[in-house]
Amino acid sequence: MSRIGVFVCHCGENISRTVDVEQVAAAAGNIPGVAFSCDYKYMCSDPGQNLLKKAIAEHNLTGVVVAACSPRMHEKTFRKAAGAAGLNPYVCEMANIREHCSWVHENREMATAKASDIVHLMVERVKKGKSLAPITVPVTKKALVIGGGIAGIQAALDIADAGHQVLVVEREPSIGGHMAQLSETFPTLDCSQCIMTPKMVDVANHPNITLYSYSEIEKVEGYIGNFQVTVRKKARSVDESKCTGCGVCIAKCPKKKIPNEFDQGHGMRSAIYVPFPQAVPNTPVIDRENCTMFQSGKCGVCAKVCGPGAVDYQQEDTLTVESIGAIVVATGFKLYSIDRKPEGSMIQGYGEFGYGTIPDIVDGMTFERLASASGPTGGKILRPSDGKEPKQIVFIQCVGSRAREKGISYCSKICCMYTAKHTMLYHHKVHDGQAYVFFMDARTPGKGYDEFWRRAVEEEEAVYIRGMVSRMYQKGDKIIVMGSDTLVGVQVEIEADMVVLATAVQPQEGADLLAQKLGISYDKYNFYSEAHAKLKPVECATAGIYLAGACQGPKDIPDTVSQASAAAAKVMTLFAKDQLERDPVVAKVNEKYCVGCFACKKVCPYGAIEEKEIKDRQGNVVKVIAYVNPGVCGGCGTCQATCPSKTVELDGYTDEQIMAMIETL
Amino acid sequence: MHAEQVKHDFEPKVVAFVCTWCTYAGADLAGTSRMQYPPNVRVLKFPCTGRIDPVFILRAFQKGADGVLVSGCHPGDCHYMAGNFHARRRFAAFRALLDFVGVDLNRLQFSWVSAAEGGKWVEVVTELTERVRGMGPMKEFKELELEEQWSASLSTPELKAAYDSIT
Repeated sequence: MSRIGVFVCHCGENISRTVDVEQVAAAAGNIPGVAFSCDYKYMCSDPGQNLLKKAIAEHNLTGVVVAACSPRMHEKTFRKAAGAAGLNPYVCEMANIREHCSWVHENREMATAKASDIVHLMVERVKKGKSLAPITVPVTKKALVIGGGIAGIQAALDIADAGHQVLVVEREPSIGGHMAQLSETFPTLDCSQCIMTPKMVDVANHPNITLYSYSEIEKVEGYIGNFQVTVRKKARSVDESKCTGCGVCIAKCPKKKIPNEFDQGHGMRSAIYVPFPQAVPNTPVIDRENCTMFQSGKCGVCAKVCGPGAVDYQQEDTLTVESIGAIVVATGFKLYSIDRKPEGSMIQGYGEFGYGTIPDIVDGMTFERLASASGPTGGKILRPSDGKEPKQIVFIQCVGSRAREKGISYCSKICCMYTAKHTMLYHHKVHDGQAYVFFMDARTPGKGYDEFWRRAVEEEEAVYIRGMVSRMYQKGDKIIVMGSDTLVGVQVEIEADMVVLATAVQPQEGADLLAQKLGISYDKYNFYSEAHAKLKPVECATAGIYLAGACQGPKDIPDTVSQASAAAAKVMTLFAKDQLERDPVVAKVNEKYCVGCFACKKVCPYGAIEEKEIKDRQGNVVKVIAYVNPGVCGGCGTCQATCPSKTVELDGYTDEQIMAMIETL
Repeated sequence: MHAEQVKHDFEPKVVAFVCTWCTYAGADLAGTSRMQYPPNVRVLKFPCTGRIDPVFILRAFQKGADGVLVSGCHPGDCHYMAGNFHARRRFAAFRALLDFVGVDLNRLQFSWVSAAEGGKWVEVVTELTERVRGMGPMKEFKELELEEQWSASLSTPELKAAYDSIT
């Protein structure tokens, strides 16, 4: 007969406010098989845990149910405590009466009844539970960093400096990301390229880092410590091992009028190109869609002029499989565009701003390129339509952000600061110009941030207007900006030469598809979800995968670098061990009854099911049955639900346990 | 803030079979966001919707459930890559079977609730509870239980006593 202990937590008042905890404990005491039940103010506190340990010893308990918060919060805590008291940790379960009961119901009587039911469910589950031993698996001490922006670079350098192998996979032809595009950075106005490019070179030269540029993640299999990652190296059409980066091919390419993505389409590049002069690696790539050779089969100039013979029109995508122990996801962000959005899309465009058809309305990143010394105008602020210097410039904050009616309700965090920076850059370059800023609120938390913003307002002569813009249209060579000043309570109309929009930060294109390959969760905007908003800000719910930078939410450079180093520290913690313990929730086959139909093998997403021969004493094969490789099994249990003879069972979720739970209804 | 929940004449039993990665976490989020929904639902956690055997649903109806909810990750988001696809296919067939047997399919709902969709969890649970409340208790399967003919049933008091003594 089982001897179960039930421990009901008040969680201060979080549970006891709506659930009569004493009644729940008393009711639990009457369940057959429960030998002890009690309630306590804070079960997770030291005295609470001691209470649990003492009761296990005193009452000789064979299983424990802690009725408190979600198991996602404290299951580990209580399993550890139960383990310390000599009980198998896997016969300790939590009944979630906080998130699933006291916090979501107000009727005390009904909430108490529900809490009692939840406790009863878990008691039955523990009664049928088995002692399990954790599985140890080896750790492959090689990390994968997805994304080569500042987040990925920082994480890769930290891990590599600790002495571990790192693989950096970047989708674009060069690493550097958005930070390489910036002109100067707030709040110190130091040149972005000057602080970024040395780090890029460090990545290229580090003996522990292997760089896969112009590559994407094709497939991810396995689990913490033992991932198998397939990387697709896209065809550059240039052999990296032969290319010296001399640049003759770029100079001789006859097709030179292609808008450069790095300059937000405002500069021009050739069909064979490097995105920017400081690119790492400095190997050109052929843009096959614009290359005459690929489109018409006639040209081949780059191959003719290339001394080392590196240009290879026949090159194809290659797939490489790598064994990886931990993954850092640092895919970053893209900027929202005000263009018309497809029908039915959650996010809307800005028709009132002309859906992006007015050439002198640009976004913040374009302004960065115009202000950058390496940009298309050589650092002069000139408007795109006619190349004139704008004397009246309007900046609009919160375009797309904090705009529920446009589909995005979050704050993009960086725009207040970079708009303040833009007004300064403008004032430094156009002395007789006037900058106006439309803003909702100025949000400037951060070291030296508010001082920076005040400087823009007080010393750099930017006029801040609190209010939003309702409409913009072209009139002659001016843009008429119609807005309101809500502090004074008047309508404002400005004849602007140029308008810069601080558009919302959105997750990178294809973020959801990558998440699906990795098996990590994401929110409705496609930002990746951390395991716990406060206490696990860099971990994913999927073990062994960590987040860095703006792929998790809008972030500025200091926050991104901090998170990247934090993710690197988590990877190093993992790599400090040679063996890793993982939850023993894996499937097992009852060899006696398995008939070898292998229905399980067909549905197993991990390929964990192998064929095993059962032999008699003479060595003749009697039957071939299924065998689950515990190292490969992920523990989903699809095999068990599929098995016609119910001979494969998932430890921790056996049919017996689940049926016992259903019996309590 | 919220209207006090009143007790109705008929409080249906709703059982939710959920996966631990998406819907369970989504229900946790509803909790941390202090959203309100009817307290009729009892949640059973599974690693994946792929683990959920249709027999569990039948058994839940037999044991007094008036409505059953099965919920997991959105297609493509499965933590185990493909578990929810197997579940989807399995339950599509199972629904057709239940329909054939004569069960009102309004009592059985399948949905996808991600870890970020606390609000959707509240919607789904509230809608199902209220719908089932309107339909009244589910009697057919409970009566079946009384005359159960399962080969493994504990039909005699002696057997039941013997079984209880070993567990």
